[in-house]
Amino acid sequence: MSRLVVGPFNRVEGDLEVRIECGDGTVTSAEVVSPLYRGFERILLNKPPLDALVYAPRICGICSVSQSVAAAHALADAMDITPPRNGSLAVNLVHAVENIADHLTHFYLFFMPDFARPVYQSEPWFEDISSRFTAMKGTAVETVLPARAQFLHIMGILAGKWPHTLSIQPGGSTRTVAAAETARLKAVLVAFRRFLERTLFGAPLKQIVSLESGEALKAWFANKAPNTSDFGRFLHVSESLDLSALGRSSGNYLSYGAYQMAGTPLFAQGVWRNGDPTDFSPHSVAEDLTSSWYKPDGPEAPAAGTTDPDADKESAYSWCKAPRLDGEIMETGALARQLIDGHPLIRDLVARHGGSVHTRVVARLLEIARTVLAMEDWISQLEPGGAFIDHTAMPDQAEGIGLTEAARGSLGHWLSIKNGKIANYQIIAPTTWNFSPRDRIGTPGPLEQALVGAPVREGETDPVAVQHIVRSFDPCMVCTVH
Amino acid sequence: MSLRPNDSKAPLSLFWLQSGGCGGCSQSALGAENPDLMTSMEAANIDVLWHPSFSQASGREVVSLMEDLAGGGKPLDILCLEGSVMSGPNGTGRFHMMPGTGKPMMEWIRQLAEKARYVVAVGSCAAYGGITAAGENPGDAVGLSYEGRKPGGLLGGDFRSAAGLPVINISGCPIHPGWLCETLHQIAANTYSATDLDEWTRPLSYTMHLVHHGCARNEFYEYKASAERLCDQGCMMENLGCKGTQARADCNIRAWNGSGSCLDGNYPCINCTAPEFEEPGHDFLETPKVAGIPIGLPTDMPKAWFVALASLSKAATPVRLKHNATADHLSVPPSDKRKPRS
Ligand code: SF4
Ligand code: SF4
Repeated sequence: MSRLVVGPFNRVEGDLEVRIECGDGTVTSAEVVSPLYRGFERILLNKPPLDALVYAPRICGICSVSQSVAAAHALADAMDITPPRNGSLAVNLVHAVENIADHLTHFYLFFMPDFARPVYQSEPWFEDISSRFTAMKGTAVETVLPARAQFLHIMGILAGKWPHTLSIQPGGSTRTVAAAETARLKAVLVAFRRFLERTLFGAPLKQIVSLESGEALKAWFANKAPNTSDFGRFLHVSESLDLSALGRSSGNYLSYGAYQMAGTPLFAQGVWRNGDPTDFSPHSVAEDLTSSWYKPDGPEAPAAGTTDPDADKESAYSWCKAPRLDGEIMETGALARQLIDGHPLIRDLVARHGGSVHTRVVARLLEIARTVLAMEDWISQLEPGGAFIDHTAMPDQAEGIGLTEAARGSLGHWLSIKNGKIANYQIIAPTTWNFSPRDRIGTPGPLEQALVGAPVREGETDPVAVQHIVRSFDPCMVCTVH
Repeated sequence: MSLRPNDSKAPLSLFWLQSGGCGGCSQSALGAENPDLMTSMEAANIDVLWHPSFSQASGREVVSLMEDLAGGGKPLDILCLEGSVMSGPNGTGRFHMMPGTGKPMMEWIRQLAEKARYVVAVGSCAAYGGITAAGENPGDAVGLSYEGRKPGGLLGGDFRSAAGLPVINISGCPIHPGWLCETLHQIAANTYSATDLDEWTRPLSYTMHLVHHGCARNEFYEYKASAERLCDQGCMMENLGCKGTQARADCNIRAWNGSGSCLDGNYPCINCTAPEFEEPGHDFLETPKVAGIPIGLPTDMPKAWFVALASLSKAATPVRLKHNATADHLSVPPSDKRKPRS
């Protein structure tokens, strides 16, 4: 038995430390530590309700729009309003750009560089992979950064600036669109689609989204040389290292549903428990604080949740709280979204291998393709000249819940307003679910479970398998503890 | 391959730390265009020793690099900090422990800043405490050499880096990628001096301007044709809390994300480059007034003049502006008297 402290964990958003126990060349138990506390839930107290739209996006610079959307939904719930159709379309477009940019950044800049590490020097694919994906210097970087930046021009047009736009409001979007501007939106999207089809997938998006099973994916891939696309490169590496067997999750998944349009999301809301879909109820969510540096131990329903730091708490090892649904852990993210939405490829992969490093990455890339196709449709539905925002006034007393999906998974804001000020504000971010510590009955969080069984090579101080598993979740630590 | 074929000088080393921030400044920097961020660093002859989001090295390798730099075994040219310094609880810095080191991040920042030739605060958090220091400031967040407007912070108001400069505060929440890249280029070219900084030690290159400069709503401003609700096309100074006439930045001269700015997105400037922007003392989206006159008048403008000019210009507002100011789409075009629109 030996103990390793792994960190700083870079190429994740924010700060992370993982403490592992190993024996016989594998991880036998893991503790996931979020070592930074800022306290946004306290910062927001006593603020004018609409000012939440200034503070909340600054919880996180990589998913600031998701934070704005959650805050705007919570405020809209409190105000009892629904944005006009144009407003929802504009918000969905802006939100989709951020989520897709996140998936892209994750794949190219955060996840793939690990296969360029010297441990893999003797692999036949090493030379190609390291020249393509080495951090900051690989050939992919010089194509991906300009493509990403240009794609973000949709933010410039529809949101003014990114990160930390104020255009997303409970009543819709502040930025109206003129007829000629829809042409610019379309042109940017077409250019980005071209990059995806030529560089990332090496195939039309329609072909990618119509892959119906693991076998179909294999057959599609078997017809091509791996280095004709970056997706192909990943599949090749994944097969050679058997990433389908690495980082298995618990079997429980959660999605709040993404991209609302008149009450119906593009990707469905729900819960997946050991092979079966069920409905989600926000009343089943509670946060346990036993292993978190907060008083008391909980569990607390988020609407009545507290954030009272206690850096000396003996039983604790993380600033992350431990959200549970009916007492159970949930994995959340693109894998959960695509599984719950019923995409046949992801349903098949999960049925065969469970959630794994491989499935998480495939789900993320599939989601890029599906979402870009939806964006084309949304742009064509915009009605220039029509209303984009509803101006209903804010009540003095109210409560609201705002649920949405960030790139990394389910994000919820719970808010109460008294005497025209914010009286309570609680946030549960995707990585809070995924990277939660143990609860009062000792159940480890999803990552803590997924790490058990990971191989540790002789002499490794920062085991590479641990890195793959952690990054396959695309964690966002600044969100986790906010 | 070097992008500086005629320059045989050793590259400048840069080390980037993140503490009590949101990572948004790095994300914004990643949006740099013409050229992209990595190319820009290479063109400036900067060698990024480590950046928490973008670098290959992880874990032990990074810790020993930090030990080398802090111990003086390896020279450090530029230290960038993104996010505020978390000094709580009770000055211990334990609200942010550097992973894998068992030591508060605050201590690492202090040690590395003592060695660095230049210390750069990236974003308003690192400069002044920023959004993380808002409200009751639960984490005791401070900036590198300011706590809000008060000199001090982690390093003290008198801090000078090895090159003799105070902390270079590239403020903004987030920074514009251009502000960062251009400042780093100037530093790397060895041409940066105290004359390049304003009174808050921000680069004058962008704080020489007001957000008001180049704002597409300037004509509405001239006639005090004001927006009444978010989304309206008129000037947002009178009713919606816009600080563009006081805020120091070139947001309307230099595009964000290809073509945007806060104002072009139809929402007011909240003066995110200024110390204490996070606590304006009023609702962000409302203009505080006394007797109907906004309190925060344009920089350098005597109040009596403003009042006189405003009432004059209001009386002279063309119908076109009056109409468009409170509409959510521009609907009345400028006209040519000699050729009416049919
Ligand atoms: S200055 Fe703003 S964008 Fe930058 S780290 Fe701080 S909160 Fe994030
Ligand atoms: S317009 Fe104002 S609030 Fe917006 S980025 Fe510029 S300085 Fe900051």
